[in-house]
Amino acid sequence: MKVRAQFAFVFNLDKCIGCHTCSVTCKNVWTNRKGVEYAWFNNVESKPGVGYPKAWEDQEKWHGGWELKNGKLELKSGSRAKRLLNIFANPDMPEIDDYYEPFTYNYAHLQNAKLSEAAPTARPLSQITGESMEKITWGPNWEDDLAGEYAKRSKDQNLHNIQKEMYGQFENTFHMYLPRICNHCLNASCVAACPSGSIYKREEDGIVLVDQDKCRGWRMCVSSCPYKKVFYNWESGKAEKCVGCYPRVESGMPTVCSESCVGRIRYNGIMLYDADRIEELASMEDEQDLYEAQCEIFLDPNDPEVIAAARAEGINDDWIEAARKSPIWKMAMDWKIAFPMHPEFRTLPMVWYVPPLSPVQSQIDQGNLPVGPDGAIPVSGTMRLPIQYLANLLTAGKEAPIESALNRLIAMRSYQRSVHVEGKADTRALEAAGISEEQALEMYRYLAIANYEDRFVIPTGHTEETLDDAFGFQGQNGFTFGNDTSAGVSKITLFPRRRKDTAEPKELAPAADA
Amino acid sequence: MNLLHMCGCVGQTGGGWAHYVGQEKLRPQAGWAPIAFALDWHRPPRHTNSTSYWYFHTDQWRYETLDADSLLSPAGKGKNKGNSLADYNVKATRMGWLPSMPNFNRNPIELAEEAVASGATDEAAVAQYIAGQMKSGALDVAYADPDNPVNWPRNLFVWRANLIGTSAKGHEYFLKHLLGAQNGVLQEGGSGRNNKEVKWHEDAPIAKLDLMVDINFRLNSTGAYSDIILPTATWYEKNDLNTTDMHPFIHPLSEAVSPGWESKSDWQIFKTLAKVFSPLAEKHLGTKKEVVALPMQHDSAAELAQPFGEVKNWKEGDCEPVPGKTMAIIKLVERTYGDTYRKYIALGPLMTKLGNNIKGIDWNTEQEYEELKHHNAMVKERGISYGMPSLEEDIYVCDAVMRMAPETNGEVAHKSWSALSKKTGIDHHHLYAGRHEDKITFKDIQAQPRKIITAPTWSGIESEKVSYTAGYTNIHEHIPFRTLTGRAHFYQDHEWMLDFGEGFCAYKPMVDLGELNALPAKVKAKPHLELNWITPHSKWGIHSSYQDTLRMLTLFRGGPYVWISETDAKAVGIEDNDWVEAVNHNGATVARAVVSQRVPSGMAMMYHAQEKNVNVPGSPSTGKRGGILNSVTRVIMKPTNMIGGYAQLAYGFNYYGTVGCQRDTMVAIHKIADKDVDWLERPLTPEREVQLNPVGVGAK
Repeated sequence: MKVRAQFAFVFNLDKCIGCHTCSVTCKNVWTNRKGVEYAWFNNVESKPGVGYPKAWEDQEKWHGGWELKNGKLELKSGSRAKRLLNIFANPDMPEIDDYYEPFTYNYAHLQNAKLSEAAPTARPLSQITGESMEKITWGPNWEDDLAGEYAKRSKDQNLHNIQKEMYGQFENTFHMYLPRICNHCLNASCVAACPSGSIYKREEDGIVLVDQDKCRGWRMCVSSCPYKKVFYNWESGKAEKCVGCYPRVESGMPTVCSESCVGRIRYNGIMLYDADRIEELASMEDEQDLYEAQCEIFLDPNDPEVIAAARAEGINDDWIEAARKSPIWKMAMDWKIAFPMHPEFRTLPMVWYVPPLSPVQSQIDQGNLPVGPDGAIPVSGTMRLPIQYLANLLTAGKEAPIESALNRLIAMRSYQRSVHVEGKADTRALEAAGISEEQALEMYRYLAIANYEDRFVIPTGHTEETLDDAFGFQGQNGFTFGNDTSAGVSKITLFPRRRKDTAEPKELAPAADA
Repeated sequence: MNLLHMCGCVGQTGGGWAHYVGQEKLRPQAGWAPIAFALDWHRPPRHTNSTSYWYFHTDQWRYETLDADSLLSPAGKGKNKGNSLADYNVKATRMGWLPSMPNFNRNPIELAEEAVASGATDEAAVAQYIAGQMKSGALDVAYADPDNPVNWPRNLFVWRANLIGTSAKGHEYFLKHLLGAQNGVLQEGGSGRNNKEVKWHEDAPIAKLDLMVDINFRLNSTGAYSDIILPTATWYEKNDLNTTDMHPFIHPLSEAVSPGWESKSDWQIFKTLAKVFSPLAEKHLGTKKEVVALPMQHDSAAELAQPFGEVKNWKEGDCEPVPGKTMAIIKLVERTYGDTYRKYIALGPLMTKLGNNIKGIDWNTEQEYEELKHHNAMVKERGISYGMPSLEEDIYVCDAVMRMAPETNGEVAHKSWSALSKKTGIDHHHLYAGRHEDKITFKDIQAQPRKIITAPTWSGIESEKVSYTAGYTNIHEHIPFRTLTGRAHFYQDHEWMLDFGEGFCAYKPMVDLGELNALPAKVKAKPHLELNWITPHSKWGIHSSYQDTLRMLTLFRGGPYVWISETDAKAVGIEDNDWVEAVNHNGATVARAVVSQRVPSGMAMMYHAQEKNVNVPGSPSTGKRGGILNSVTRVIMKPTNMIGGYAQLAYGFNYYGTVGCQRDTMVAIHKIADKDVDWLERPLTPEREVQLNPVGVGAK
C-alpha cells in the first residue's frame, strides 16, 4: 500500500444554474493574459452539445487518454516512438478554430470615429492577429442554453447509442450544465505524454502542474489530455493548465471557481488512495467496470491500518483528519451519488459529479408520470434527462449506478417532504433507495444547505516540512527573482521583452475643441 | 394575484406574491427620500411618471396605432368613445390623477408672479387663481400641447441609466424627436391628428433637447449620444449604500481605490455642479416662488378626493375645477437659488420642523437630526445652513440615510411603528422587539453587512420564524390592506375600470398594433417570419450593466443576438449565426440569429440590454445603424393605469401609474446574407446626408 493524498472535487450538477461565475473568476485570475485569451481553465458547457473545444469527448478524433492494448495500458496516441516520430506534426493537435478565435473590439472607434454614414459601432478584432473579424463564428460557450440547431448539438458523443431524434422536439427538450476544469487525474495522460518531463503531479496533494521552465512547447499534453484541459500559450510557447489554485489551496482556501460558485455546487476535499494500484485498476477489461474500480483505489480514512500507513508515508495528521471529514468521500464513497466523468478515458479523474435530477413537474401534476410512494416525487426513470445520457457521461454507459444515485437524491427529497409537509417522517423511499435516515439527513445538510465549512475541508500545505531551512526562508518570498516556493528556480532576466498588452488600437479621441 | 389571494396564499410564509429583482427594494427609503428629493429643504418635490412623460415628449403619441375604442367593453358607459390613449392621459392630468410635466403650458415662476399680481396673497389664493385660469382655458396642462416649444424638455441629466441604448421603449422615436439624430422610424405617423384633447401641429418637432448630460462610468449608447459625459466612480471607487429585495441586509460600497482618471462619486459630481451653479443662479434668479401641481397622492387623504369611482371632469362641465379635489393640488414653493450649494451640503430644517414620513405614516426626527450633527459634522460654511448636520462627504450622506430610516435605526422603527399603532389601534411593537437600541452606521456595515429592522414601510417582517413575504403584516398583524375596503380587493368599481371591462380580473387577447402593415417592399418580397417580440432579462444582466464588456460578450456570441425557434428558422432558411433583421413600423434592429429547440414557434426573443455600440451592422430597411432591442417597440399606454384620486387607485412616484407594456409587439424577421452586410462606415457625403434623416425623414 502506497498511501497518497489527493486534493479532489465534487460538482453537484443538480444545483448548477449555468451562470458561469466560476469561468469568469477563473479567467480573471489565471488566463487574463496575452497568449491564453482563448483558454478557459474552467468552462461551463450546455449539454447536449459538442462543447469546448469542439467535440472534445470524441477520442477517435483526438486520441486522448489511455486504451488497453493486449491487456496493457497504453496512451491512445500510440507508443512513445510513434509520438516522437510525429513530434513536429502531431496529427491529433487541436487548432485555434477548434476552440475559437479570441476577439476583442475596436472600442476606441466609438470615441474617435470620423463623421460617417451612421452612428459608430465597435467591430470585432482578432486578439491573435489584431485584424478585423468580419463575423464571430464560435466562442467558448457557443451552445449556451441549447443555442444552435439540434442536428449540430446532437453530435454530442454522449448521444451515440441513444435514439436521439425524439429529443430534438420542443416538448422533449432536455438540458443540463456541465462545468469543467482539469481533473487532476490519478493516472494523468498529459503527464505520461510529455517528452520533456515538465508536467508533474504534486507529491503532497496530487495537483497536476506544468513546470514553465522545463516545458519546451511540444504540446503532447494538449492532444493527450482527453478532457482538452491543457492549453498552449501561443505567446510564451509553453503549455498552461488549471493549477488547482494551488497558492490558495496551500493556504487552506478553496479554488477560486469553487469559492465564487453562487449555486454552492462545488466541494473541495482530500481523498486518500493507494498509488500502488493505479495501473491495475485503470486496466479493467470492461470499461463499464472502471467507475467501480476507481472507487476501490480510495482508502478508508477511518481504517486504522490506512491511518498508520499514511503516517508512515509522512502524511500529516491534519490531512488524515481532513480526509475523514472529506465531503468528497461522503458523496463518492459513503452515499455513492458522485461519479468521475468519462472513466473510460482511464485517467482516473478526480473531479466527480453528482448527476442532475430533471423532473417534469407539469406532467406529474397532471398525473401523467408515475410517482414514488409519497405521491409527489417522480421515479428516476421518468425524468426529462435520459439516464443513458448521464451514464454515457459518468459511468461509461452503465446505467445502474446512476439510477441508484438519482433514486437516493429523490429519496432524500421525499423524506424531507414528509417531515416538512406531512409533519411525519416517511422512510419508505429511503429504504427502497438503500440509505439510512442518518445518511439522508447528512445528505440534506451537504447538498441542500451546503455550508461553507462542509463544502470546503482543506488542510493547509505544510511548507515547514518541505523546506530545508524554514527559518532561513522567512521573509524571502516576493523579493527574489523566482518563485522560491517551487522546486524549479526561474532564470529571470531583469529586462524582460516588453509585450504589446492588447490587440485593440488605442488612438485617443480628438479633443472636443480640436 | 387574485388567485393567490383567493387561495389564502398571500402573506403566508413561503407563499404569496414573490418579489422580483425589478422591484429594487430600497430598504432605507424613508431615510433616503428626504435627501434624494431635497425634502429637508422644500416640499413637495416636482416628480413625474416617466412612461407618460416620454410618450408625449418623444412624440410617440403622434403615431399611436392602438385604437382605444377597441379596448372598451360594450357594458361600460362609453362616455369616452372616440378618445385616444393620449386623450385619456390628458384627462387624467387635468383631473389631478397623474402629473403633467411641465405642469402647465406656462412657466411656474411666472405663473406664481401673475397670481400675486392679480391679488393672491397666500397659497390657497394662488390655487384659486390657477383653477380660474384653467377653467377659462387661458391655462392648460402641458400634455394638451406637447409639441408647443414652450412645453418641450430642454435639458436632460441621465444619471447611471441607459435611456438611449436599452431602457427606452420606442428608441427610434427618442432619436428622432428628442435628440434629432439619425433614426429608423419607418412610419409616417399622423393618427394623433384625430386626438380630441391633444393639439396637433402639422410639423413634428425634431431635436427638442438643447443639452443632454450623462453621468456614467462606461461609454454606453446614452453616453455616445450625450453632449457631456461626467465620469462617475465605479462600485469600488466610492462610499455608498446598496440594498435589494432579495435579502434583508444593508451593504456598503467602499472606496477601495480612488476614482480613476477624472471621475468622482455621484454625490461629489452633483455637489460640484451645485457649487458652480449657485453663484450664477444667485445673479440670474435670486429668490423665486413657483407653482407646483401635485396629483392626488397615494397613501394620503387625497385618495378620498374623488369617491365612488365616479369620473367628474371639470373641463367637460361635470363640476368646478377645485384644487385638491377635482384637479391637482396646487402648492407654492419658494426657492433661493443662490443657496443651492449651501442647502446641498446640509440636512435641512424641515426634518425637525415637519419631521419625516413614509406611506402615510408620520414621525418626528428631532433626535436623529441632533445626533447627526455630532455623528457627521456641522456645516462650517457661513450662510443658511451653518451649523446644520453636514452632508459634504459621501459617508455623511450614507449615515444620514441610515439614521433617519426605520430599517436601520431602532429608535425610528419605534417611532414609526408607534405612529402606525395609533392608526390601527393595535400594538405593533413586538415586531422590532430586541432592536430598539440598534443604530446601524456606515462603519458597522463596512465591518459586516447588517440585517435590517422590521419597518412599517414594508408588509413583510424580518424574523427567525417566518421568511419574508409581502402582505405578512396585513394578514397576521391585521394592518388593513391599502385598499378601499382595507381587505384583499377583487372588484374595481371605478368608471374607467368598468369602461374597459376590468371590474374583475379579465383575460385580454393580444392587441393588434398594426406594426407589420407597412413593411418595406423588399422585406415583404422575400421569405420572412412574423413573430411576437419578447425582450426578457438575460441570465447575466438585468437592464444595462456590463452586457458589453469583453468578458460577457465572449461568454456568448460576441454581440447582439435574437433567439428564434428551429422550426421557424428552417421555414425561411435561417441558420444559426446568420445575420437577421427584425423590422416593423417602429424601426429595425440587426443581430445574429440563435436557432434553438428551446424556443417555441412564433416567438422571437432578444434579451434586454443589447446595444448598438458593439458589433451591429447597418439595417437594410432603415439605412441606419441596426438598432437595439427597443428599436422595434413603442410605449403602449393603458388608460386604467391612469386612474387616480380613488383609494388604492392613486398615483405614487415610482410606485403607481402608467406602465409602457410592449409585449404584444410583432416583428418581421428576415435573413441578411453575409455578403450583403453593410457596416455603414463610409464618410458622410453631402449626397448621402440628403438621404438621411433628420433632413429627409420626419417632416410629418
